[in-house]
Amino acid sequence: MAYRLIGKNFTPPDIEAKVTGTARYAEDFRADGMAHIKIWGSRMPHGRVTRIDLSAAERVPGFLGALVPDDIKQPKPASQAILTSEPTFYGEPVVAVAAETEQAAADAIAAVVVEMELLPFVVDPLESLKPDGPNALTGGNVTGSGIDLQTIKWSGRDFAMVAEGELPRGQVPVEWTYGDVEAGFAAAKVIVEESFVQASNAHHAMEPRSAAAYWEGGKCHVWGSTQSTAFAQPGLAGLIGIPLEDLVFVAEFAGGGFGGKAGAYPLMALPALMSKKLGGRPCLLRVARKEEYNNGYARAGFQGWAKLGFRADGRMIAADVFTVQDLGTTTGFPDFNGFGNALATIHQPEAMHYRSIPVLTNTVPKGAQRGPGEQQCANMIEPLLDKAARELGIDRVALRLANAPGGGGQDARYGGKRDPVTSAYLREAIAKGAEQFRWAERVADSGTRTGSKVRGYGVASGFHTAGSYGFDGLVRITPDGILHVHTGVGNLGTYSYASTSRIAAEVLGYDWSRVVIERGGTARHLPWNLGQFGSNTNYTMVRTNYVAAMDAKAKLQEIAAAALGGAAADYELRDERVVATADPARGLSFAEAAQKAIEMGGKYAGQALPEDINPMTVASATAIAGTGLVGVAKDTLPQTGVVPGLSASFVAVDVDVETGRVDILECLSVADCGLVIHPQGLAAQARSAAVMGFGLARTERHIYDPAYARPNARGYHDAKPMTILDIPAEGLHWAAVDQPDLVNPMGTKGIGEPLEGSASAALVTAISDALGGHLFNRAPVVTDMILNAAEGLPQSHKPLATNTV
Amino acid sequence: MDVMHNFELYQPGSIADAQAILADVKDAWIIAGGKDSLDWFKERVKQPSALVDITGIAELHGIAAGDDGGLWIGATTTLTEVAEDGAVRDKFPMLAKAASLVASPQIRHLGTIGGNVSQDTRCLYYRDGFPCYRAGGNTCYANTPTAMNREHTLYEASRCVAVTPSDTAPVLVALEAVMLIQRGGAKVEVAADDFFIGPDIDITRMTVLQRGDILLGIRVPGTWAGSHQYFEKAADRASWDFPLVNIAMAARTEGGKITAASMVCGAVQCTPRRLSDVESLIVGEAPGADLEGLVKRVAARGARPLTFNQFKKPLMENLAVRAVRSLAV
Repeated sequence: MAYRLIGKNFTPPDIEAKVTGTARYAEDFRADGMAHIKIWGSRMPHGRVTRIDLSAAERVPGFLGALVPDDIKQPKPASQAILTSEPTFYGEPVVAVAAETEQAAADAIAAVVVEMELLPFVVDPLESLKPDGPNALTGGNVTGSGIDLQTIKWSGRDFAMVAEGELPRGQVPVEWTYGDVEAGFAAAKVIVEESFVQASNAHHAMEPRSAAAYWEGGKCHVWGSTQSTAFAQPGLAGLIGIPLEDLVFVAEFAGGGFGGKAGAYPLMALPALMSKKLGGRPCLLRVARKEEYNNGYARAGFQGWAKLGFRADGRMIAADVFTVQDLGTTTGFPDFNGFGNALATIHQPEAMHYRSIPVLTNTVPKGAQRGPGEQQCANMIEPLLDKAARELGIDRVALRLANAPGGGGQDARYGGKRDPVTSAYLREAIAKGAEQFRWAERVADSGTRTGSKVRGYGVASGFHTAGSYGFDGLVRITPDGILHVHTGVGNLGTYSYASTSRIAAEVLGYDWSRVVIERGGTARHLPWNLGQFGSNTNYTMVRTNYVAAMDAKAKLQEIAAAALGGAAADYELRDERVVATADPARGLSFAEAAQKAIEMGGKYAGQALPEDINPMTVASATAIAGTGLVGVAKDTLPQTGVVPGLSASFVAVDVDVETGRVDILECLSVADCGLVIHPQGLAAQARSAAVMGFGLARTERHIYDPAYARPNARGYHDAKPMTILDIPAEGLHWAAVDQPDLVNPMGTKGIGEPLEGSASAALVTAISDALGGHLFNRAPVVTDMILNAAEGLPQSHKPLATNTV
Repeated sequence: MDVMHNFELYQPGSIADAQAILADVKDAWIIAGGKDSLDWFKERVKQPSALVDITGIAELHGIAAGDDGGLWIGATTTLTEVAEDGAVRDKFPMLAKAASLVASPQIRHLGTIGGNVSQDTRCLYYRDGFPCYRAGGNTCYANTPTAMNREHTLYEASRCVAVTPSDTAPVLVALEAVMLIQRGGAKVEVAADDFFIGPDIDITRMTVLQRGDILLGIRVPGTWAGSHQYFEKAADRASWDFPLVNIAMAARTEGGKITAASMVCGAVQCTPRRLSDVESLIVGEAPGADLEGLVKRVAARGARPLTFNQFKKPLMENLAVRAVRSLAV
């Protein structure tokens, strides 16, 4: 079907403000009499506050007030407090001070005295699992999504049973199996078995999580940085301790989040609580870069072990995988599920056994980071596929084609529960990429040395569940004929808030210049939408905007029938008019229909609403009722199966074996994201995902001296994300399978996360390829690891050490 | 927190005025580009009561030809200016290259060559405010079996295992540059080789600069002008990184043989390390595979790696080999 807007490029409306610098972020908030907040972060990785002395801080000119842990409602264990008297990681906020100026606030914080008693702490999950290992929290060392806080210690036997360098495998709270794994291994021609580590790394959003707030008229106004305008509100209201309807929230722009700003978080609520203490006075908390690194979450590191069995043709017939997830100090995010489910979905092993244990450490709290679990799986498992291919004597792409789901995915299954998927074309993505990359021709150069540089090629796949359903859509046609698409999804920077809003315009046949996207805060009357995370926006918001537009379309037809006679079915939409199919000259303009809707009232103008929509949507639709034709509906479209975003990446590198330098020559990523609704948006996702993935593969990692547990990553320089000079400016390519998803009404699905994992793992495998298939069993593959391998030296780190190297 | 403490800011227009302020305010801190200084202040690890911004002193800025075929480079000349200067590129291309590889383009636009050679070490513990030897304490936190010491020393650790992080420093030592310092009423010349000091001399300083001193500039003599020069920096990233190891070499050849060589390595000890064994090895020899093999054998002799930096030894060897290999091209 030919679309007018879908599949076409456009300029998202927020770009100009970002390019010209007029975009206002939370930190740009200013108000007369505004106070400034600073926080005192723990100097210990785990301790109990024994005394707080504010007397010197109170004497700083301009001091206005302070908050201490006793002023704050404390959450249940393994949840992060806004301020805590038992900090569990370095930098965790204990005291907040407000003052007339930022300088005064900083001086006051510098004068705060906090005395603490050091408590046991640990940075390596395996150390905590040892029989006498420390617990990161006083209440235990193991928790996670759906897992109660508890203490689990493995036995000395568990550690003694394995060879040095092999992951011990003791009691776990997560375990699932499908198929006959042992029979699979018995029938396998090749079995690969390795232990591995993926380091934790920081989110480093460019915009720190600054926030501002004031109280007025019984309502709390908050400026925050979030990737989820609607979805963040209930959590934020809960942190502040107010009903949702008393929250006025503004979050027009987000300078990055990567999952670290998926929902509400403690620091976002701090200005509101301080403002309340100061009688409603506006307060701004400007979060410094180091504070952002301490409190801005991190990707969970993994220690793991995998045993994979393959048939002669490369088909994976058995997988036994065991992972240890580093949670940091909270329940974090269930990356452990993402890891196992990714392997089971991308490679479709005929039988699989998966075990995992999420372990608490006194490190930066872990949160969802782009591809949580899936990326760690890609970097750890893809090199093992290469090893299997080499041992089987088959091409590495051929092995992946033997396992990847494709052909639409009717036979593909998701995760350990083997749920159906909405569509899958990974096999096609790999094949298309291999052809476009000229894989077969180029791999003949693998290992070719020119001077000190050795050529290597890598291939890998990426995955993430990429869609949800059941949320609300809200559109409005005003009497001037303008279409307003109300979207609460957030603006992470992917522009998918805009590209999915175009679905409503597509359904109604609108010229895009006559569409306004209402977004960025409660004043825009937003429907209840899922946040902009989990690669779900395309799939989820296409559905919500589709159902809202279809509701508007039906109302337009009914209004025309009421005004001009006949039945609604006698009318169709054409050129922003609703016209009689039999006589297109007879009809109403959308502007006229909107005026009619106001006159007719009831459901047409938003005064009568569907019973199944969320209270947030009810409030928003009620607020705009009577101002035009209101289309509002909950997404109850059919949903069968899990939505898989899938990708394949191909990378070429030159590895300098004398310096450890890696020149990334080219990266091609091919997306299975269903129908492409915004090519430029996809291109930006593919390229930026590759850049982020390269950092995950090469340079980004958290390191702590276990004696002090203070993180190395305190700023951009230390955290080492890739710079523009580290990537091939003209060598980041993308393509798409462009096969429509079989369930989404417009055939689209998300892709933001898979593209990072595939690019990252393709780089890891390319480096390995250049070094003759050397397995590092660790990512990132940093300079010293390459040099040591090239020189035949042992690595400096212990094989399974994490957070300490 | 990243809010600096309150301080007085002085912006003198002459060296005499700057000296007067430095004499009046005992803890005054000289600042130019500020790329090293401001981090210290933002973290409040160092809190001088006054800053003396010397960028307004005209005679400290710029590049001029020297009488001996060399160059004079004012201390506040930015790294970008050094990297892009025609005379520098013509006479001392490895200095231009080293300057062009410092940090990031943005930092090079503000950072000065005087600051680059005077900057403090990057040891994570020291910069994080740990009370280490260098900070006046009585222990080294980086020299333990579990410490983060991947970037630290291979040589000459005297209590402190921090390294020189400068990219231009080894070049200036290799070029036999001379630092000109205003010390009281005198202008003192110090050879670059002596300008950088190790913890055995003074553990609280990286250079001979004393309180009240002003680094006026750097005189690069004509000794190595027009020679074959080589600079390479190995780092984790192509930009915005300090060196894991860097190397600078100036050499002359005649009749296929090396007649003179000056080779200095950075980031392997507290000061730029002259590779005397390599220099004495290669002079009189013809570049080639045989010589490269010998260079690899001697370049890092005596290295004593810490827990996590053994890779620096082969890296140092390989950079020395690559420098010598460049003579064969």
